[in-house]
Amino acid sequence: MAVIFDFIVQGVQMFVVLAFAPLLTGFVRVVKARLLRRRGPPLLQPYSDLARLLGKEVVLAENASWLFRVTPYMIFAATWVAAALVPTFAGGLIFSWSADLIAIIALLASARFFLALAGLDIGTSFGGIGSSREVMFASLAEPAMIMIVFTLALIAGSTQLSTIAQIMALPEVGLRVSLGLALVALILVAIAENARIPVDNPATHLELTMVHEAMVLEYSGRHLALIELASMLKLLLYVSLIACLFVPWGIAEPGVAPSGFLAGLAIYVLKLAVGGALLGLFETSIAKMRVFRVPELLGVALMLGLLATLFRFVSGSF
Amino acid sequence: MNVEFHAGFLLFSLLALAAAAIPLARVPRGPVIIYGAAAAIAAVAALSGAIAAARGIPLQVRLPLGLPAVGVRLQLDALSSIFVLIVNLAATLASLYAVGYGRHEQEQGRVLPFYCLFLLGMNLVLIADDAFTFLVAWEFMSLSSWALVLVQHRDDVNRNAGFLYLSMAAFGTITLLFAFGVLAGSAGGYAFADIRAHELGRLSAAFALVLALIGTGSKAGLVPLHAWLPPAHSAAPSHVSALMSGVMTKVAVYGFVRIAFDLLGPPDWWWGTLVLSIGGITAAVGILYALMQDDLKRLLAYSSVENIGVIFVGLGLALAFEAYDMGAAAALAATAALFHAFNHSVFKSLLFFGAGAVQHATGTRSMANLGGLIHKMPATAFLFLVGSFAISALPPFNGFASEWLAFQAILLSPEVPDWGLKFAVPAVGALLALSAALAAACFVRAFGIPFLGRPRTAAAEQAHEADRFSLSAMGALAMLCLLAGILPGIVIDVLAPAVNSMVGARMPVQSALPWLTIVPIAESRSSYNGLILFVFIVLAAYFSVYAIHWLASDKVRRGPAWDCGFPDPRPQTQYTASSFAQPIRRVYGALIFRAREIVDMPPPGDLRAARLTVTMRDLVWEWFYAPVAVGVLRTADRMNPLQFQTIRRYLAFVFLALVLLLTVIALWP
Repeated sequence: MAVIFDFIVQGVQMFVVLAFAPLLTGFVRVVKARLLRRRGPPLLQPYSDLARLLGKEVVLAENASWLFRVTPYMIFAATWVAAALVPTFAGGLIFSWSADLIAIIALLASARFFLALAGLDIGTSFGGIGSSREVMFASLAEPAMIMIVFTLALIAGSTQLSTIAQIMALPEVGLRVSLGLALVALILVAIAENARIPVDNPATHLELTMVHEAMVLEYSGRHLALIELASMLKLLLYVSLIACLFVPWGIAEPGVAPSGFLAGLAIYVLKLAVGGALLGLFETSIAKMRVFRVPELLGVALMLGLLATLFRFVSGSF
Repeated sequence: MNVEFHAGFLLFSLLALAAAAIPLARVPRGPVIIYGAAAAIAAVAALSGAIAAARGIPLQVRLPLGLPAVGVRLQLDALSSIFVLIVNLAATLASLYAVGYGRHEQEQGRVLPFYCLFLLGMNLVLIADDAFTFLVAWEFMSLSSWALVLVQHRDDVNRNAGFLYLSMAAFGTITLLFAFGVLAGSAGGYAFADIRAHELGRLSAAFALVLALIGTGSKAGLVPLHAWLPPAHSAAPSHVSALMSGVMTKVAVYGFVRIAFDLLGPPDWWWGTLVLSIGGITAAVGILYALMQDDLKRLLAYSSVENIGVIFVGLGLALAFEAYDMGAAAALAATAALFHAFNHSVFKSLLFFGAGAVQHATGTRSMANLGGLIHKMPATAFLFLVGSFAISALPPFNGFASEWLAFQAILLSPEVPDWGLKFAVPAVGALLALSAALAAACFVRAFGIPFLGRPRTAAAEQAHEADRFSLSAMGALAMLCLLAGILPGIVIDVLAPAVNSMVGARMPVQSALPWLTIVPIAESRSSYNGLILFVFIVLAAYFSVYAIHWLASDKVRRGPAWDCGFPDPRPQTQYTASSFAQPIRRVYGALIFRAREIVDMPPPGDLRAARLTVTMRDLVWEWFYAPVAVGVLRTADRMNPLQFQTIRRYLAFVFLALVLLLTVIALWP
């Protein structure tokens, strides 16, 4: 019985992330528009965008290969699985032991691998520019992320995300220097990974500094919808990750009554709203960077992560 | 099957095959017969290794050959049999690939006999049980592979590569000779059993370790001893490149493991730090070099340098844990190293086979002349993609599983009470993560530039698919990449006896765990299940395909590329290999390669074309190799007059040398 219940929780989690991802993106857009004193699009605009894209036919470039057509599904599947493994409203997901935090990061890297290849498939210069910059950003963001994982794993004694979240909620963990450094590094990585300002601008099109948009320039119709949904999922994943690591309170423990899950869900929505509002605020208060300033930003994240890990190696009390 | 049979079978069948290859090289069907037979022999050898590994009893034999007091001793213990399995598995598939690919070589007489001898040399190193046999086999392996590097000897580049390889191989063997000299001591028992029994002082042991690290590291390609490796590995025919890069480097790893873990006795506290620091630097530098290459095979060879670095990080961690009696952690690190060694032999062979197929189909290895091959060579492209995915350490393939184990081992190291290690390990962890991310970048480039986009030359446009033997060999390797990735527990259990013989401990039995999960230490600590992850991804992808095609549109229309409204039909407007690497060159290259970009932009009105000149320097070459080369040349110049002396002078030299050596021996403590 308990196993069936866990399966249900895992299934609900998979559809909760899928349902909430466009909402979070829409919410960030609304916050940004309001801060700029614009009315902005309605909150539910991303859903109608996706529905519209799904209904349209796909226009493929003449020399697009099978890889180009497979990529959206692979990106979506990898991102979705990764997002389904991050505790959102309930801990103790039944498949959480099948992939730890390192595997979740590697899943996102797999999605990026496909996306960068798709950028090269048509043989346009925009695709190439996007792919080459994306892999350069990733070459710094991924090690930074691994260093953050090391820090957290050394504090919690585990790389399992649900275990880390449980231990982070304990009062013994408290405030630590290494945790602070890891938080800053994680936020920097999250901004870069999700192509937000100041690293990339999700709202631009036809600009020489674009990275993510340049790779997906040739996509249309349902393919584009899937890629857009995957990047919304990725944003949700990072906000959930920061929430479950640094604000782990309110996650429903396995075995609580159904009302506990509802409470967990309400708290999770609240966390998403706070995260989205902070992201909108941050994005409106900063200008976009030049592309070759980004490595410096990500280098800072890598060094902070390394420093935090080093602290943990030197002494258990940091 | 016992060791006499194993050794005798290999020795006689491969020598006979090498002899048969000389006349058969002139016959049109000769290569097919030789490679087919080689595949069969290697398959039997792999099976025999597997049986020996499964039985788990070390086997030994002494033949009345070789040095009088030592003889030729052979053995097949847990460590050897695992490596016999790894080497011969790849050798079987390389021979199968060569049945199709090897026919295209111009001068078969230069390939076939040496190919058989090369297989024999590698196998003999693995089963040698005394220093003499080991060194003879080692040199045998080096020389036969050198002959294979020089197959295309009319090309200057290859001749230079061969010369550099020969000098470095000689240097490595001499270092190993000294290492065994120190290990055996002045009493001089050269059998491995005597060396094991011989107690070394701390200083001598340190000497032996450093010498062994240099000797085996020069064969494996540790930075800065790697400079010979990319030119030599890429000069040989592709099936040989696969063996040199994927397999011979593993024989070198075996040599290091045999000496450092087995013959040397308990490790000192700093050995691990030394080995893992060199490994970390090798990994990062190797992959950065790989990112800058335009030659596909040279890129793959540099990526081997990176993977060897990862393996040595695992070995270094194992040495450090062993020095502090942390058996479980040492077993985890050693398993990660051996697992990665196996993985690398699989995906690197696959990638070299793919590069060979590309070279045969287009006549070039330069990525600047390729492009769009996915349309002409769909099967090769798919298999190369699998290899690229696996080597980039992405789940659910095998590269990720071993990398994951290495990260888990790193996470255990804060418990080591050693301050050097406390500072070195986080840095090495960062280097490992950096090289994994750069490897992904490197293989996006290695797959994306030749296989995707539009053909850059007519040769690329007229490419054709590889033959069915090549494809089946590549398919088998791609299958192994997936299987080892989704069932890592089975691989870990197969490696366990070898790990046990290295560090005296083993990882918990994995294949009995529910759902085939792998749990290195404890489930609350970390676990990974490639199978579930794979099923999960497949289900999610299937669900999305089904839902979208059922609920939404499934219409497709072909049209011209959009490219922001200004598509340029010329293939030159695509990103090339070097422009793809430009952002990374700009971020890392200024430090590692002293890369400079000079833009010559004519002022408005001037009709001259704009030029971008990139200069890069190979600092390893400038700092380590060029001074030695200059020194050797200068000394040779000075010694030139010695060539033209009278016979009396020569006799005087001989006499003086004798007196000098006798004095040294008389004064030796």
